[in-house]
Amino acid sequence: MAVTDHQNRPTVVITGAGVVTSLGQGKATVWSSLVAGKSGIRRISRFPIDGLKTTIAGTCDFARASNDAAPDLSFRLAELAVDEAVVESRAGQPGNFPGPLFMAVPPVELEWAGRFTLADELLNSDPTYPAIMAGPAVMHPEWLARFAFGGVAERIADRFGTKGSPISLSTACASGATAIQLAVEAIRRGECEAAIAAGTDGSIHAEALIRFSLLSALSTSNDVPEAASKPFSKNRDGFVMAEGAAALVLESYAHAKARGATILGVLAGCGERADSFHRTRSNPDGKAIISAIENALGDAGVAPSAIDYVNAHGTGTPENDKMEHLACAAVFGERMKTLPISSNKSMIGHTLTAAGAVEAVVSLLTIRNGMMPPTINHNVPDPLIELDVIPGVARAGKISTVMSNSFGFGGQNVVLVVAAEPA
Amino acid sequence: MMTAKRDVLITGIGLVTSLGEGVAANLEALNASAPAIVDDASFAPYPIHPTPVLDLDKQIPKKGDQRQMEPWQRLGTYSAGLALSDAGLAGQPDLLSRTHMVVAAGGGERDIAVDEAIMRDGKANPERERILNERLSNDIRPTLFLAQLSNLLAGNISLVHGVTGSSRTFMGEEAAGVDAMRTLSARIAAGQADIGLVGGAYSAARADMLLLFRFGSLLQSGPHMPVWARGADGGMITGSVGAFLVLEAREHAEARGARAYARLGQVVSDRSNRAPGAVKQRLGELLQTIAPALPKGPLAVMSGATGIGGPTAEERAALEAFADEGLSVRATGSRIGHAIEPTAIANVALSAAALHHGTFFPPFDPSEAPVKAAPEAILVTSVGHWRGEGLAVVARA
Repeated sequence: MAVTDHQNRPTVVITGAGVVTSLGQGKATVWSSLVAGKSGIRRISRFPIDGLKTTIAGTCDFARASNDAAPDLSFRLAELAVDEAVVESRAGQPGNFPGPLFMAVPPVELEWAGRFTLADELLNSDPTYPAIMAGPAVMHPEWLARFAFGGVAERIADRFGTKGSPISLSTACASGATAIQLAVEAIRRGECEAAIAAGTDGSIHAEALIRFSLLSALSTSNDVPEAASKPFSKNRDGFVMAEGAAALVLESYAHAKARGATILGVLAGCGERADSFHRTRSNPDGKAIISAIENALGDAGVAPSAIDYVNAHGTGTPENDKMEHLACAAVFGERMKTLPISSNKSMIGHTLTAAGAVEAVVSLLTIRNGMMPPTINHNVPDPLIELDVIPGVARAGKISTVMSNSFGFGGQNVVLVVAAEPA
Repeated sequence: MMTAKRDVLITGIGLVTSLGEGVAANLEALNASAPAIVDDASFAPYPIHPTPVLDLDKQIPKKGDQRQMEPWQRLGTYSAGLALSDAGLAGQPDLLSRTHMVVAAGGGERDIAVDEAIMRDGKANPERERILNERLSNDIRPTLFLAQLSNLLAGNISLVHGVTGSSRTFMGEEAAGVDAMRTLSARIAAGQADIGLVGGAYSAARADMLLLFRFGSLLQSGPHMPVWARGADGGMITGSVGAFLVLEAREHAEARGARAYARLGQVVSDRSNRAPGAVKQRLGELLQTIAPALPKGPLAVMSGATGIGGPTAEERAALEAFADEGLSVRATGSRIGHAIEPTAIANVALSAAALHHGTFFPPFDPSEAPVKAAPEAILVTSVGHWRGEGLAVVARA
C-alpha cells in the first residue's frame, strides 16, 4: 500500500478500535453477540417506566454507577472504548497519546436530580427560576464541568493525554461518523500523524426518552424487547434508544508503518452532504443522501462496484429505511437488490451520537472476520424495500470494502468507506 | 502531504449584539463609546445584555420556521443570513450547495414554565420520578426537542438559507468557537473546501444557563462594570450574540469579485488545567507560536476575557509580558457581554471590520490604552469560562 492515496493525500489507516454496546464491552464480546444474532435490548430498570409509551432500550447498565448522570455514563463508556483502541494501537505511551481527540458527545444539561435538589434546597419558597437565582447560596461548583458541553471530551483528553484542544461535536445521529471524518481530514492536511476519533452516548433518562417519544420516533413494541428493533421490516415502528461508545485510532500510513504498528484497516473515504428539506425528514428525492454516498465513494476513489457490503444506518423508523433504500438503489442500481446490507441496530439499538463510530468499528470487524452480521427481527419483509438485509443469520464472505451510512436530524448525512489493507 | 497553503479571507459578516444588528451598527456604537445595553432586572441580581428587537421576517421569512426555533436558534439563523447576504451568497444555490458550515453551539433551552411546575410538584416528594414521566409526557411540546438539539442551529441554517455543502456542529463552550474557525480555515487553506460559513449564537436570557454559572460562582452581580474592573472575585456578564463569518480562499473570492474585509491568519487553541498560573503559561506558549504571524510594533488585541477573576488577570498579564512594544487591548465583554460559543467569532468579525475601515476601537475602559496608529493586524484572544485557550490573528486583506 502507498503512503499516499489516489489524490496524493496521506493514506489514513486504522491501528486501534474499541467498542461498548448493550451487547457488552469490547470487540470480542460485541462481535460474538452480533454474529450470533443476539439482541441487547431490554426492559428499562434504571428509572420508573410508569406512563411511558416506550419502556425498552439498549442500556449499558453494566458500566453504570448508581448516581451517574448522562455525561458521567457517556464518559465511562467512552473511556472503555478509547482505552481498548489506544491499547491495541500501541500509539504513544499510557496517558500520552500523540495526537488530537475528535469526540462525538450527546448534548448534556443539568438533569432532574439537580433541579429537584435546587427545589429542595429552597426550603419554604416556591421553586421558580427567579427564586432559585436569588435564593440561598448553596453552591454546586461540580455541576459546571460535569454539565458543560465540552466536559466529556475534556475528561477523555485528561485521561489519555491527547494533544491540543479536544473537539466535542454533534451532527445528531451522524456524529460518530463526523468525528472520524474530522480526524481523517486533519491527518490528510498533515496537521497530525495520529488521532483518536470517538463517539459516545450514555444519555438514556426519562426526559431524553420522552423527547424522542413525543416526535414519534421510538418503537413502542414493548412486549418482547429483543424483537422491537426491526429495520427494513414492513412492521417497523421506530428505533430503540441505546447506549454505547466506540473509538478508532487513526493514523497516517507512513507514521503507522514507521513505528511498526499493525494495520487493522484503511479509512478510505468520507462523504457528506447537508439536506435543506425538513428538520427531521429527508427530501423525498433523496438527493442529499445520494450525494453523500457519491462523495464518499469519490473520496475513497472507488466505483460503486467495489463495495462488498453496506453497514446500514437502518434505524427501523418508517422514514429512514425507506429513504436509505431509495438512495442506495439510486447509486447502486439493480445491484442493490443483491448487495448485502444489514443493520446492527436490530441488535444493539440506536446508539445515537455514538452510532456512526460503533458502526465503523463493526464495519472493520466485518472485514477482518469475513463475516457479515445479520439484520434480526426481519420476519415481515417490506415489499417496497428490495434489499438483501442478511435476515436473521450471519453470513460468511470475503469483504474488502464496506460502506457505512449515518444520517441525522437537521439534514445530516455522512458516509464512510472502510477497506481492508490491500494484500 | 499537502503543504501549499492558501490565504483565507473573510468575505461576509453577520453580527447581532445588544448594541444592534449588523456589523456596521456595532462598529459605530463601539467607536462612539455608546454605553452598554444592560438588562439588570430579568435575572436579578445578575445583569445580562439582551438580544435587540429583530425583524425576524427579514432573514427567516416563514413564520413556521420561526416557531420551530428557540431564541438562540433564531438569533443564529438570523445572523447567518446576514453573513450570507453580506458575502453575496444569499439566493445563489450553486454557491450555497458547496458552502461548508461549522457552527459552534450550546443547546438546551428549557420550557421554563414546565420546569417550574415539575419542580413545584416534585419538591420533597418521594413520587417525583413518576410525576416526572407524567408531566413531561403531557406538558412539553413535541417540537421543543428540535429547538434544544445543538446541531439544529446548523440544521435551521440549511433549511432557511440553503447551505448544504456540509454541516458540522462543535460543542464545548468558548473553545468550540475558536476551533470552529480553526478547522474551517484549515480546510480552506488546504484545499479541502473553497468557501464556508462559521459562526454561533448565544441568547443570554437563559435562566437554565445562568443557573449553571451562578452555582459555579461565575456570574458578576450588581451594577454593570467593565471586564478589567471586576477584580479577583469578578464574574461574567453574559451577552446575547449571533456572529457568523463567510470564509473563503483568496482565489475563490477574487474569481467571483467578492469584497474581503480582512484575512484570517493563524488560529491556535489548546487547553490548560486551570491551576493558578496555567492560563498565563498556556497563553504565553500560544503567543510564541503565532508571534511570526504578527507585525512588529504595538499589539492591538480584541480580548474575549470573561471577567472571571483569575483567568482574566492571567490573560492580561500574558499579553503585557508578550507585547513589549506597547499593548492596546479591548475586552468586548465590557460592551456586549460574554457570549460563550460565539465570543471569539464576534471578536474576529469586529476585528475584520475595523481593519477594513483602517481603524481600531477607542478604549472600552480606563485601563485600556488608545492606539497611536491603526493596526495592520489584530490579535483575538479567547480564555474560556472553565476551559480552553485560543488565539486568532486577523490581518488586512
